[in-house]
This record gives sequence, structure tokens and C-alpha cells, in this order.
Amino acid sequence: MDAQLKSRREFLKFAGSAAGGLALGIALPVKRVGAEPFEAPAVEITAYVRVSPVGLVTLIVGKSEMGQGVFTGYAQLLAEELEVDWRAVRVESAPVGVPYNVPGLPVQFTGGSMSIATGFQAMREAGATARSMFISAAAETLGVPAAELAAENGTVVHRASGRRLAYGVLAPRAALVTPPAKVALKAPGDWTLIGKPLKRVDTRDKVNGHASFGLDTRLDDLRFAMVARAPVFGAQVASVDDSAAKAVPGVLAVARVPSGVAVLAENTWAARRGRDALKVEWQGGAGAGFSSSKLARDYAARARTPGVVARTDGDVTAIVSGSRQLEADYATPYLAHAPMEPLNCTVALTAEGCDIYTGTQMQTPDRAAAAEVAGLPPERVRIHTTYLGGGFGRRASSHSDFVREAVAVAKAFGKPVMTVWSREDDMHGGYYRPQAHQRLTASLAADGHPATWTHTVVMQPVIKGTQFERMAVDPKTGLDATTHEGASTVPYAIPAVRVEVHDDLQPVPVLWWRSVGHSNTAFAVESFIDECAHAAGKDPLAYRLGLLAAQPRHRAALTLAAEKAGWGTPLPKGRARGLAVHESFGTVVAEVAEVSLSGGVPRVHRVVAAIHCGTAINPNLIAQQLESAVTFGLTAALYGEITLEDGRVEQSNFNDYEMVRQGVAPLVEAYIVPSSDPPTGVGEPGTPPIAPAVANALYVLTGVRARRLPLKHTAFGSAPA
Amino acid sequence: MKLTINGQVRSVDAPDDMPLLWALRDVAGLTGTKYGCGMALCGACTVHLDGQPIRSCVTPLSAVAGKSITTIEGIAKSPLGRKVQAAWVEEDVPQCGYCQSGQIMSAVALLRATPAPTDADIDTAMNGNICRCGTYNRIRKAIHRAAGA
Repeated sequence: MDAQLKSRREFLKFAGSAAGGLALGIALPVKRVGAEPFEAPAVEITAYVRVSPVGLVTLIVGKSEMGQGVFTGYAQLLAEELEVDWRAVRVESAPVGVPYNVPGLPVQFTGGSMSIATGFQAMREAGATARSMFISAAAETLGVPAAELAAENGTVVHRASGRRLAYGVLAPRAALVTPPAKVALKAPGDWTLIGKPLKRVDTRDKVNGHASFGLDTRLDDLRFAMVARAPVFGAQVASVDDSAAKAVPGVLAVARVPSGVAVLAENTWAARRGRDALKVEWQGGAGAGFSSSKLARDYAARARTPGVVARTDGDVTAIVSGSRQLEADYATPYLAHAPMEPLNCTVALTAEGCDIYTGTQMQTPDRAAAAEVAGLPPERVRIHTTYLGGGFGRRASSHSDFVREAVAVAKAFGKPVMTVWSREDDMHGGYYRPQAHQRLTASLAADGHPATWTHTVVMQPVIKGTQFERMAVDPKTGLDATTHEGASTVPYAIPAVRVEVHDDLQPVPVLWWRSVGHSNTAFAVESFIDECAHAAGKDPLAYRLGLLAAQPRHRAALTLAAEKAGWGTPLPKGRARGLAVHESFGTVVAEVAEVSLSGGVPRVHRVVAAIHCGTAINPNLIAQQLESAVTFGLTAALYGEITLEDGRVEQSNFNDYEMVRQGVAPLVEAYIVPSSDPPTGVGEPGTPPIAPAVANALYVLTGVRARRLPLKHTAFGSAPA
Repeated sequence: MKLTINGQVRSVDAPDDMPLLWALRDVAGLTGTKYGCGMALCGACTVHLDGQPIRSCVTPLSAVAGKSITTIEGIAKSPLGRKVQAAWVEEDVPQCGYCQSGQIMSAVALLRATPAPTDADIDTAMNGNICRCGTYNRIRKAIHRAAGA
């Protein structure tokens, strides 16, 4: 163990010292064990590819691996064009650098289900570029024209002579080749990796304890800190009595930081005990007195007043003769992301530079924020992105809250320090999915189809008021899409549609939570269209299909899910099915949920999900993401709720912020609609449909329409026998 | 104090009220065992004490002296541990991976006590281990696979 630790320390030192140079400043998310051949000096070919003398290939991925499988997906795209043995490939987390920006954006970050959609072209081109450099190097070495050479399986081969040169041998020369301006990509028919259900590249390290998450960062002389933060959002420290904290064995120091009071200790346990022993008086705070139940009442009233128009088609006030009026209100709460790894950030700060070890989704903004706090130019701040023990959006902080604070803590104590958040800190820390109220109305024409549709959303915006505002707010309406995505994009053919928004800011910080606005709007839209179908006396599947003539992807996903779920076939007594379909991030997902009631409590047995995501890069990972997104959304549908009274968050840990567990997790079946369209995202789109699918099934089962989440607030009675 | 971790006797400089989790992670440097809740609610910190699964986040060092502690780093020393890890790889279980050390420790303990568990056995034994990524279906399959079912 000591030897391993030593080797890691030396590596980190190396990484730190080299980081000022080229792209060698890498963060290894894995504790390397012993002397592996990977440790032989490898040659950097491009920012994405390194090859060792024995031909082991390291692919450098500028995306954060938080479970979504991007290390594997990007490696597949790179390796496909690089022409290397998949088994000889390993993946490393990139430093912060321009080559790792989202293509077309000046930012390195991971989110919005956009890694594969935006990287599909860029990563294949990056692989092809390196391949071309190996071919040029071989042409020079062999003295033959490049056109006579081909790359295969980590070698360049000269067919005419049968001569073959390995990438490992060519690497020093290939590294000196000027990268070509343009490269040719393989035709889809020639793909050998793209489209295959390959296993993940990170699995082995995640079953033996070797995978290194932010909390697993270990540096020489590392100390641990915990921070006492404001009990209501925005409050400031009035006074501190730290005498009891300083008396805790292992506590080294106490310091004021902008976010509160930090306790430095020899280990996490001492830091926790010291922090809990602080006596801090707080004052003020915009969040003082805040009540989420009052907010719910205010929102419900607001939903009956005109808002900012996000979409208007036709005349929703036109009276259609013989029409029937429907209206319904849907309420959804604040939600915490609650990743299994609580927030943390390790900072080693010197006058020369700042090294940050953390699981972040937001490298470029975090680096800028850290530089500002440290008083250093951004290029002197190095972010080493570890594995993320779940992200779901929380680690893409619009204000870099946990990085900013950790740099302030390191600055205050003058030592390498890991700032650790307890589970309770993580849950109380804000940046929630916004609470919302949505009111919908429709008039159904004689054929039962909606002639008019209005949707008023009352919800805090996620982007407005942040540094990203300029990129995302519509100058005409003043709205950002997070308050109406999924509402203004209602896919059904309805002659008159009007969507209005109230997006007042609140003192509770909010953030993107897996599927963002869609997590709220899909519940309302897909519940209300179901209400329309039942009011019209139509089958919910047939009704939707009848309104989706112009939406072939929705139709394909719905049809596939319904077929695989056995829609319309008999179920055992006490069970019922419901469905929902929703587009988000360019991807359409349909889900059919099969439910029952047990002692009045909803139970979901089986969920069939069908996805239309264009070209399926890795069907195994797509299935994983659907399994994941359904479970994540189901946790929210059944239990999820952050409430605040008198300014204080009422939940604190997994006892009062419950999770779906093994005993209640449904069987999730994932199906992919075959398509050769460009790929679209799969991390988030499986989440929005599950809550309405379950609510719609419960309506069929009980006749009770749940219009408020979580479902635990609805009395469903007992299931019909 | 002296602790027996993964078959090795190690001297750990920590107070005896410190939870085993923090002694493993911050003192002994074994970071494979994870912190998730600190209240025995999520199972991420599961280790074996004399072969039985325990939540190390609420187990003080005073309760483990003289006993044998097995962590994820040592689980491959047993054939059953290797079998479970192999099944996890075969089913491609982990996503973010953070909870998986605890999941595997719970699964090994289940299979040691119940070599051919039913779905109901799995529900009971694994219900204390939360996975926020929702890898439950694959965990179930991997346990059945490791059991040879």
C-alpha cells in the first residue's frame, strides 16, 4: 500500500509540475497499482492520443465521467477512426484546455446530454487526425507514398511489401507530423466499434475500490475541512465562539470564509466534530422566513394571471362549438440532486499556482472562479477532474459554489486541504430543481381532440441571473428556456396553443437537475394529454398517435414501447398500465409503466422504455442510461421533495429524502428505435416521462388523478380487487 | 490501536470513538470504502467484520478491535469475492461507481449466507444499499450470475 501511495504521490507531483507545459497535466482518476506497462513513457501524438513504446493507447477525454459512460463513448469514437485494438485502450481525464471545449463553445463542461451529440464528429475527426499522423510517419520511415499505406489494429501496413510498423514504434516520429487540416472519416458500414454494445472502460476500477473520486484524493500533508454554512440562504456570520471546536482532538484551526466558518482538522471525523461544536450566530439573509408551502399557494394564484408569452399559435379564446372544457393544476416541489458522493473539493494553493482535485462538470467556469478567489491568472489554476460519484447537474455549479469555497478555505489555512460536505450539508446547500406550479386548460372538439391548449408555468429560471444569462436568455421575451422547455414544445397537433411563464427569482438557489425544465413540464403535459384522452373516451395510446401525425420519432418510440409492453393486453387483477412520451435534448423517449397499489402505496413493477436517439453509438450504455434515468425520475415521482419553512430546509439525509431501493426498483426494459440520424443525447431524456407514465397508470387503476408530486401526497385508496 | 484489515495487522493512530470508516479512509489510506450518509442509511460504507456486513460509518473503532475487517480492497482474496467482482464486470453493473464497493460487500455477505438467493432474498439483503444511478436490475442479475443461477 505504501508503495502504491508513493507512486501516486510521485505521479501527482509529476502531473503538477508538467501541467504548465503542454497537455501533459493530466489527472489520473485511478490509483495505478504497481509498475504497469502503462507507466512507460508514452508519446503525446495530439491532445487526445498518447501511445507508449509497446503500443498501449491512452485516449484523453475532456468530459467528466459521472456514470453516464462518456469515457467509453468518446473512446469508441476516437478508437474507431484511430484504428487501434479496443483492448489496448485506456482512458484518462483531460486537464482544462481549449481542445476539450464543447465544439463551438468557449467552455469545457459536461451536461445537457450533449457529449455524444457534439462529440460525434469532433472525436471521430480527432481519431482520424492521429491515424493520419501515424500514416505520414510510416510513409517517411518506409520511403513510400502515404497513399500506399493503411492503418489497422494499431499498426500501419504497406500492403505491396507486407511491411508493417506498430504505432508504438512510429509514435516519436508521428508526434512531429503537422496534423492534417482535413481528414476523411469511415463510412458507417465500415464501423467496427461504433454501434456495438461494448462494455464500459471504467468497470474494473469500480469493482475493486481503485476508482478515485474527489473524496479519495490524497496529497502529501493533506488536511480536511468542514464549513458551517448559513442555515438560511444568504445569512451572514454575526459572531463565532470556536472554543469548543478548538478543543476537539484533531482540530487544527478555525477560520472565517465568505460562506461561513471553516474548521481544519487532521481527518474528516475531527473536522466534522469540530464544525458541529462551533457556536455561530447568523444574521439576515434573503431566505429568512422563506416557506415553500406559501410559495406553492402564491404560485397557484399566479398561474391564474397572465404571464410572459413563450408561444402562441392560433386563438385560444375562440369558442369551438360543441367543445368540452378541461382544466387542471399540477404542482411539483424543489428537489435535491443528492449524488451518492457528497460534494467535496481539494485545493493545493501556492504562490506559484493552484491545483484543484474535484469531480466537476464545469471546468472552465470553475477555473475562472478559482483564479479569482486565489488571485492568480486562470492559466496557473489546474483542475484535475476525478471520477464523479454522481453529478445529475449538481456538479455543474452555475456559481462554482463548492470550488470557490474550497479555494477560500485553502487560502485561509495555507495548507493543501479537502473541503468535505456532509450528506446534510449537501442536502441543505441549495441549487435545487425548481419548485413549480403549472395550470393547463383545453377545449376538446367534437372528435375529442384538443382545439385549444393553454399552459401557464410558474417556475424559477435556472439560467437567468447567472453568468450564463447572456448566452441563454431570449432578448425578445426575457425568458430562458428552462422555464418552458417541454411546454412550449408540446408536440401534439393542436390548432391553438398558448404558453405563458412567470419566472420570478426566489431566494432559494436553483440549478439544472437531470432533464432540467422537462422534469417539471413533462409531468404536466403528459398527465394533461392523458386527461384529455380519458375525457374523450379514447385509448391514451391511440389518442396520442392521432395527434402525432407530424412527429415520426414520437410515433416510433411510442409504438415500440407499447408493443414491447403489451399495451392493450390483459394484466393480472390489481395492475394497470400508463404511458407517456416526451422529447428532450433532441431525443424522444416513450415509457409504459405497470403499477399496483400495496396498502394504498403505489408500486411500479415494470417500465418499458423506448428511445429514439438517432445513431446508437453504444446500445449497452444507452440501456444503462434509460435504466438510470427511469429510476432517478421514479425516486422523484414517489418520494422526492425538498421543503423549506422559516427559511430552513426540512430534509437532511436519506431517512427523510428517500430513494428508490432494490426492494422497490422496477424491472426496466430498454429498447432503441433503429435510426441512422445523427446521434442525440441519452443521459437525461429517460427521466421526464416516468412520473406522468406512473401517474397515468395509477389513474387507470384507481380513478384518482395525481396532480401533485411526489405521489406520496395523493390518497389512492385501495386497489380494486 | 491495532486493527486487522484484509488479513494484515496494522497500527492505526486514531481515537477509539472514531467510526471505522474514517479510520480506514483518512488514517489507513484505504479509500475504497465510501462515505455516503454517516447514519447507516445508504450502505456505501459497508465492510465485513468477522465476515458479517456492517456499516463502518456508525461503527466505532472500539467495537472492531481484535476482529477481522475486510474491505473492498481485500475482497478479491476470497474465491467468492472474485466471483462477485467478475459477475459485476460481466453485467457491466457500475455507472458512477461510488456505491458499488458497498453493494459488492453486501452481495458477498448475502451469497456467503445464502448461496442461491431468491429475488426476495436479494431485496432484503440489498435494500440497505442505495444506488442513485439506478443500477439495481444489473446488481440483481450479477448476484444471480455469481450464484451460478
